[in-house]
Amino acid sequence: MKWLALIAVIATGSLLIYAVSDFPDWGSASSPANGGVEGAGRSVSQTFIEETDTLTHVPNIVTAVLADYRGYDTMFETVVILAAGMAIFAILRVLRDTEKPVDQSKHDPSIDGDHQRIIIGTTCRLLIPVIQLFALYVVAHGHHSPGGGFQGGVILGASFILLGLATDLETAIARFSEKQFIGLACVGIFIYAGFGVLGQFYGRGFLDYGALQPIFMTDGEPMARSHAMLGVEVGVAFTVTAIMFAIYANLASKGELKNGL
Amino acid sequence: MREFIENFVQPHFNYWAYVIIMMIGLWALIAKRNLIKKLIGMSIFQTAIILFYVSLGVKDGATIPIAPHHVAGDHADAHDSEHAESHDDHKAHPKPVADDYSNPLPHVLMLTAIVVGVATLGVALAVSQSLFKDFGTLEEDEILEQIKSGDYYD
Amino acid sequence: MIEHFNIIILVLMIITAIISLQVKDLLSASMIFGIYSFLICLLWAEMGAVDVAFTEAAVGAGVSAVFLIATVYNTKRRSSD
Repeated sequence: MKWLALIAVIATGSLLIYAVSDFPDWGSASSPANGGVEGAGRSVSQTFIEETDTLTHVPNIVTAVLADYRGYDTMFETVVILAAGMAIFAILRVLRDTEKPVDQSKHDPSIDGDHQRIIIGTTCRLLIPVIQLFALYVVAHGHHSPGGGFQGGVILGASFILLGLATDLETAIARFSEKQFIGLACVGIFIYAGFGVLGQFYGRGFLDYGALQPIFMTDGEPMARSHAMLGVEVGVAFTVTAIMFAIYANLASKGELKNGL
Repeated sequence: MREFIENFVQPHFNYWAYVIIMMIGLWALIAKRNLIKKLIGMSIFQTAIILFYVSLGVKDGATIPIAPHHVAGDHADAHDSEHAESHDDHKAHPKPVADDYSNPLPHVLMLTAIVVGVATLGVALAVSQSLFKDFGTLEEDEILEQIKSGDYYD
Repeated sequence: MIEHFNIIILVLMIITAIISLQVKDLLSASMIFGIYSFLICLLWAEMGAVDVAFTEAAVGAGVSAVFLIATVYNTKRRSSD
């Protein structure tokens, strides 16, 4: 089996290395992906770089392409993340009461005098608000600096995971219960799709943020697009936060949501 | 030999490294018996593909794809004058030149792929936990043995 | 100079990938996979893909290592290969 695998892998690899010699040079600005093909017009990325600031007033081109030009793509990526969370729920979650004797000493640090737990708990209590504040900054400032809904959502979810790791899963679940995180994940998708449908009420296409100008009361459509992108990113951040914590909570406790790591 | 390295390896050294990383991941997917090892191999395979995509957007001497916006000092009056006048008047902010910024499109595609990748890794880990509950092991050959001997359907 | 940086990171990446697949302790394998993710994050930052690097730093080096460790904790720590 191992020899067969090695032969297959080496055959695939040598074919790919043979194909690599036809690639454009490293860092070439005139390769088909960067500079377009002669006779077939410009590359779409050139238009993105040149027109984004005029059309959307968003300096971070990646955010603009993510939330506006490729809005459908991002919306359904978010739906994929929600579906992954629901799949884990369906695979692992145990809904009946297993009636395991709960280890009391694990929950009360004062009984066994577990100093390590006190030190880690106190440190995390100081650290977690800072992490969450940074996550909110990453979401809200994703237009002007690297960041956005996905990154901020993951950091916000990781702050809850840190709480669950440092104390125990019950403490984290008490802050962010199962009903809340499933609800929040769905609310995120609804916010994203809601911004799309709002545009349709003004007689424009789905996810056409320029139509939202009367709602945001901006002077001109580019600024409205910028505001709508922020709203959409907030929706993405909600879903990602909730699903990251849901995946951790189910994986760490075999789907019982108690007695975790 | 030296000619070979200068003509073939040097201009595409990064691509060669990506192919090697991809081969490591593919080999782990086929040859490793432990399911967690297989999943780590799958993630390595995935990162090789993402690396390849991001490399397509690299330009020599280009900066990160964040175009300068309004200058900090004249932020307020830039807003006013811009909205007071018509919108095609953008002489104050010259259009960014495409060759100065690295290609943002692969970044966008791969950014979502990474986050979706971790969500699907979570699903795979959940499936392997559920397999462990049924079979008591994560080794592929032991699971197959149990299925063949028939004591799986209890 | 930047080419040397590139080569060092790529070689380290290949080494960590092989080690994380060869080591028999799955907890160590998860941690070394976290190191691998962090090296990739450095490589992307060097290529100018700051958003991708940011995502990888949060997701690959942080969350996915925690997911792997949670699964290893609930299953077996030793692996036969």
